[in-house]
Amino acid sequence: MIAEFGQVSLILALVLAVLLATLPLYGAYRGSDTLMRLAPSLVIGHFVFLAAAYVALSVAFLNHDFSIANVALNSNLLLPWYYRLTAVWGSHEGSLLLWMLMLGGWMLAVVAFSRTLPREFLTRLLSVMGIVSIGFLLFTLLTSNPFDRILPGPTDGQDLNPLLQDPGMIVHPPLLYMGYVGFAVAFGFAIAGLLGGKVERDWVRWARPWTLAAWSFLTAGIALGSWWAYYELGWGGWWFWDPVENASFIPWLVGTALLHSQAVTEKRGSFPAWTVLLSIAAFSMSLLGTFLVRSGVLTSVHAFAHDPDRGLFILIFMAVITGAALLLYALRAPRIMTGPGFDWMSRETMLLINNVFFAVSAAMVLLGTLYPLLVEFMGWGQISVGPPYFGAMFILLMTPIVILLPLGPFTRWKQDEVMRLLRPLAASAAVAIVLGLIISAALGAWNLRAITGWIGGIWVMAGAVAWAVRQWRGTRSGLALHQWGMTLAHFGVGVFLIGVAMVESMTFERDMRIAPGQTVEAAGYEFTLHEVAQVKGPNWRAEEARFTVNRNDREVARMNPQKRLYHRGGQVMTQVALRPGITRDLYIAMGEELDPASGAWSIRIHIKPFVRWIWGGAALMTLGGLISAGDRRYWRRRRAESRRADTAEVPA
Amino acid sequence: MIRMLLPLIVFAGLLVLLIFGLRTADQREIVQSPLVGKPVPEITLPGLNDPETTYSTAELIGEPYIINVWGSWCWACREEHPYIDRLGREAGVPLVGFNWKDEREDALRWLNRFGDSWSFHMVDFEGRAAIDLGVYGAPETYLVDHRGVIQHKHIGPIDATVFEDLMRRIVQMRAEADS
Repeated sequence: MIAEFGQVSLILALVLAVLLATLPLYGAYRGSDTLMRLAPSLVIGHFVFLAAAYVALSVAFLNHDFSIANVALNSNLLLPWYYRLTAVWGSHEGSLLLWMLMLGGWMLAVVAFSRTLPREFLTRLLSVMGIVSIGFLLFTLLTSNPFDRILPGPTDGQDLNPLLQDPGMIVHPPLLYMGYVGFAVAFGFAIAGLLGGKVERDWVRWARPWTLAAWSFLTAGIALGSWWAYYELGWGGWWFWDPVENASFIPWLVGTALLHSQAVTEKRGSFPAWTVLLSIAAFSMSLLGTFLVRSGVLTSVHAFAHDPDRGLFILIFMAVITGAALLLYALRAPRIMTGPGFDWMSRETMLLINNVFFAVSAAMVLLGTLYPLLVEFMGWGQISVGPPYFGAMFILLMTPIVILLPLGPFTRWKQDEVMRLLRPLAASAAVAIVLGLIISAALGAWNLRAITGWIGGIWVMAGAVAWAVRQWRGTRSGLALHQWGMTLAHFGVGVFLIGVAMVESMTFERDMRIAPGQTVEAAGYEFTLHEVAQVKGPNWRAEEARFTVNRNDREVARMNPQKRLYHRGGQVMTQVALRPGITRDLYIAMGEELDPASGAWSIRIHIKPFVRWIWGGAALMTLGGLISAGDRRYWRRRRAESRRADTAEVPA
Repeated sequence: MIRMLLPLIVFAGLLVLLIFGLRTADQREIVQSPLVGKPVPEITLPGLNDPETTYSTAELIGEPYIINVWGSWCWACREEHPYIDRLGREAGVPLVGFNWKDEREDALRWLNRFGDSWSFHMVDFEGRAAIDLGVYGAPETYLVDHRGVIQHKHIGPIDATVFEDLMRRIVQMRAEADS
């Protein structure tokens, strides 16, 4: 019953999406107020039915309804209730449902917070998002129905992939999807703007908080994914340039470029067409990410059930959405190309450089990700580019960004002088170099990567602080929220840089053979293995190694890594033991039992300096983005201007 | 105008590449086991019904055979069981059950309930021999030729298509062994 209820809800949501994508849009074209007024109600109904479908699937998981294939494949009687709830998005079908629920949620938020947008504009925006929703609803109903039955249902289900039975996994996909889907709002704004025929600085301003919010969610989602891979996959790395990771990273890079180009277009009206193009690209790259993950086109550690039919569907969908958007762009952009000029030494130039480097980075990651395909297409055999390509490329492309980042906010719009700029930052530069050298020496991290990492990181952090201080002194009212947000996010970049440089240059990593009672020493720490015990969990059993870690004869940690066997699927999983710290993480993962007689195991020990700073930096960026998005400036002026627009429309 | 069309053109190129990628996705999906083309490691294990007897892969050299990894806990093994039945009847070569990480009682009860079509079972309760064999998970099916070399490995449950493919390979191996 519950499955049919969910199914019908999805179909009704599709009907409403079709209505939303047609009637109000036609109304906006014909200037019919009655039709346009339908849009908000349709959005609410659309969301309600999506939510109903989502709840239906959740209830099925909670009640162990194994006659639903999706439940039977991703849950079982032993699975705790909270993982049964998160198992809803553990599968391809369920995650699509979550995706659509979020799209519906974003649309609802647009209706709730943007009531004062000019009606035609709001209508077009919602209709465009309705079109996106149609695509996903059709995709779900036709190729990936989460409510498909298997009759007779099995008495017990398989299991949720053990990799996904983890708190990090509860929040990672929803955050990521919030980001992906959030770019649909920016996309909607751009298309609505193109349809309207004028690129006004207005709509760019209206789009900014939405883009910022989406970008923040995406940042948090990617960071969580990286953190999860770090402790759950047992590899000890934090980024692998895996195609699926890249699929989330490309929209992030494009989104970062978009944020900065929006700033220019909003404030100065320069490069409007580029902003529109980036809005289209950010969402298209999100769609491409979806395609890559679910079609089996690229092999990856992220195992979604691959299905070429699904891949074909997403590809067609992407062709329609992006193709139409780019065609519209080609037709309408010439009209909006013009923007005011600017001097070579100006904030516009700085942001243009930012955009060039981020856009090129996105293109490079895309190229690297698709390179195996390209090579095969050209008949050059099968190869893959791998991390060295990405690593080298990123150092090359990000160095200029790091050097120029603190200069950006200090630069004046339109034109500026080099000398005026260098004076306030000379102190930051001096601090960065001296402090960077001292810290590197003190930590014994005397290598090029660590030293440049510290200098670059401090330069960016000091630059952000210097700017905030000057701004604070200069104005009575202090910093506006969006300025706080920017400072925080830029500061986060510095923190992130230091984390990356230290982890990449100073990680200690070794496989060792150790038997109970033995002690091994690694980088100043003594690891003692006391015993290897058998332990049992709700749906697994495991061998658990019990370690104590000493430093200078003082106990710093007790660590118990496990090797788990999940009963149902028979998967073996390493559960690493982690002792996090601000300046270093201790990390133990169990390998194989080497010698049953002595009980010796192979054990992998990692000491990762400053690895937390990577995610700390990302957290600061996220926070900065969210704070900026909450700035009243975007909202207040919007109200004033839409009021003006309303009154202007009355006589006409 | 041409300049404005540039993004669309680039996008079209991307689409062509992706369509091509989709068409060849199947080939890339096959995970090549490093053990294919190598001799089966020598594994000696006790039997399931007959714990006193030990079986060894060394004794099997001389004719082709099938190794099927299963466990009573494995849901997908139940799914492929009809095809295991057919393999046992139609393949004409020994079908070795590799009972993996199981409990003897559970395994015997399972066989009682669903039927035992294997020639005999080796048990690997601890899962140590499975590591030598390169087992990813259950179910898994290996085809070994008369020289004791692993010719093929299928990961995951056997369905109709896989069954046809396995049978074709088995017939070929038998022909080779006879010549």
